[in-house]
Amino acid sequence: MENKVFSKDEWLEGIKALQSEYKVFVPVKAGDFHKFVRLEEQTIPDLDYQNTRLSPKSLVYPESERMFEFSTDENDPDYNILKEAQKDFGPQAIIGLRPCDAHGFLIVKRNFDNPEYKDPWWVRRYEASTLVGLGCNEPCGTCFCSSVGGGPFDEEGLDVLLFDLEDQYLAKALTEKGSTLLAKLDGGSEASDKELSKAEEVKKAAQEKISSKVDTSKLADKDVLELFNAPFWEDLAFACINCGTCTFLCPTCWCFDIQDEVYQKIGDRIRNWDACMFPLFTLHGSGHNPRSEKFQRVRQRFMHKLKYYVDKYGNGVQCSGCGRCVQFCPVNIDIRHVIELMNSH
Amino acid sequence: MDNPYLPYPVRIEEIITETEDKNLKTFKFVFLNPEDEEKFSYIPGQFAELSVPGKGEIPIGIASSPTEKGFVSFTVNKVGLVTTHLHNMKVGEIMGIRGPLGNWYPWEEMEGKNVVIIGGGFAFTTLRSSIVYMLHPDNRPKFEDIIVVYGARSPGMLLYKDELAAWEQRDDIQMHITVDATDDPDWKYNVGFVPTITEQKITSSENAIAIVCGPPIMIKFTQPVLEKLGFPPERIILSLEMRMKCGIGMCGRCNIGDQYVCKDGPVFSLAQLKKMPPEY
Ligand SMILES: Cc1cc2nc3c(=O)[nH]c(=O)nc-3n(C[C@H](O)[C@H](O)[C@H](O)COP(=O)(O)OP(=O)(O)OC[C@H]3O[C@@H](n4cnc5c(N)ncnc54)[C@H](O)[C@@H]3O)c2cc1C
Ligand code: SF4
Ligand code: SF4
Ligand code: FES
Repeated sequence: MENKVFSKDEWLEGIKALQSEYKVFVPVKAGDFHKFVRLEEQTIPDLDYQNTRLSPKSLVYPESERMFEFSTDENDPDYNILKEAQKDFGPQAIIGLRPCDAHGFLIVKRNFDNPEYKDPWWVRRYEASTLVGLGCNEPCGTCFCSSVGGGPFDEEGLDVLLFDLEDQYLAKALTEKGSTLLAKLDGGSEASDKELSKAEEVKKAAQEKISSKVDTSKLADKDVLELFNAPFWEDLAFACINCGTCTFLCPTCWCFDIQDEVYQKIGDRIRNWDACMFPLFTLHGSGHNPRSEKFQRVRQRFMHKLKYYVDKYGNGVQCSGCGRCVQFCPVNIDIRHVIELMNSH
Repeated sequence: MDNPYLPYPVRIEEIITETEDKNLKTFKFVFLNPEDEEKFSYIPGQFAELSVPGKGEIPIGIASSPTEKGFVSFTVNKVGLVTTHLHNMKVGEIMGIRGPLGNWYPWEEMEGKNVVIIGGGFAFTTLRSSIVYMLHPDNRPKFEDIIVVYGARSPGMLLYKDELAAWEQRDDIQMHITVDATDDPDWKYNVGFVPTITEQKITSSENAIAIVCGPPIMIKFTQPVLEKLGFPPERIILSLEMRMKCGIGMCGRCNIGDQYVCKDGPVFSLAQLKKMPPEY
């Protein structure tokens, strides 16, 4: 597969031109943070960023999604019959996402694309997406991707990986989809050996800058009931206010709710992100609630990510090490600390 | 791509009020597209999502048996948003069902064994499906004795009263119907809680498998009775309830440990449950 070098200007022009064939998403600065938006005329992409506050999961799995439409008008011949909402699943390119977030998509894929069932919306959007990653030259103090099977220049789950070499990008095609996208860009030249070795150096330097490490290798062998019954959950959960921020920002949290909405006899069945942090998540119609207490919900979040998922798929933890939950939890609950508690129990 | 969230359209064919408090109704549905009936091929113990457009979906055990053709039926307790709306719907109205979902009772394992069925309250629905299925002439020879303990609060709260009476008359099924209490002088059956009646009527666990469905309190007190009778946890089968949405293991809501009750369950053996976090 090819490695191409683009000047930064060339690259920006190139992705603008991609709009004729792809819906292009890029990071932009919005207030104090960055977020992914659809590239349009006035958009100013900003690839000089650490990471977006919200993960890019919403580009494949929107926060709110219309699943079906129906009419509740008894005079309508199709009264009460659900029809799939028509949508555009045309090609989309996500430019400049971080390798941890691409890893996040692979984790979520195990849930939405499994041997028994395929989630039609997630799968179609994911398959239509070309993921152009941007390696992290300067990982943050909360990044622990290398402890969960990733790394600042990890290629897994990406179609193209970009190396920021000061005034140029080296673009490494990793899949057919990636090559196809690169072939559509004007300019650029085949990377020289010198540029390739510079990319290797940048990568190595970044890997060495990851200061945060935690051992996730012991979790698989732990006894699930012993962890479940461990004494530390109540203490850990004490400060949690069940705000759900951690799940909302997380690229690997996938839980959702389904609701019907009707306005003037036109109805939609909609799915919305939901979270195990909320008591309503598990409340039965009878009033019974298996996770009525806060510590049970906190325990569920961490046990799901760090034990149930590990046991179910045998493929590591349900966490990409992006550090968002660590950065944005208002009461400083830190998943790395939880892993250590679980390790030493 | 098949859409596992898309319900089959159905018409309400019949509505039967089951209990004296009118809180339980059985709904018989007919598929609008006959080929959907074939696709909805189920095994007793499974459930489906009943879809009331505009209100939502609810997981409900399938109360009919696959040996009954031309319809599927469900018995629904009125508790909240969707169930209340469903109770107000009328024969002829259109809605949806999505499924079949979940696993089923361990039919292969049950072959050649005595089957002890213990049910309480409105959780008798998939047990009704199972009994009708086993009593079908094609299936009856596959099982040894069939013994049923079924209890409700009062005689008026029993489900499927006509069928119960008919089963009482048969000699290929032993029925032990009970109520918590009654002042009806004509009541011919047992009075007492399900665990007590189980203790009195079930005499052996030999070559037997027990299926238990009911409110948590009933399950809690029936379990030690069965263990005392010598049922090993592998041969005590339970069907669980959790709040559900997707029914296909994707929305993340109904887990117990790494198991999704909607997809890996709702049927679990006590042996399996003992290895899972007690969070249900
Ligand atoms: C496998 C299974 C089989 C069931 N079989 C039957 C049956 O045969 N007959 C019967 O009457 N009831 C059954 N239930 C319980 C039934 O699903 C709930 O009573 C029903 O969902 C309540 O819905 P509601 O909208 O009226 O209540 P609300 O409290 O308004 O609930 C809102 C939503 O929450 C969810 N929900 C609430 N309670 C439950 C619950 N206990 N289980 C799952 N989801 C819930 C549903 O999506 C519901 O639409 C079963 C539940 C499960 C999991
Ligand atoms: S972000 Fe922190 S306080 Fe909020 S729900 Fe998550 S752990 Fe609790
Ligand atoms: S759990 Fe926290 S660190 Fe892990 S992927 Fe989710 S937000 Fe990132
Ligand atoms: S109901 Fe969605 S995972 Fe079980």
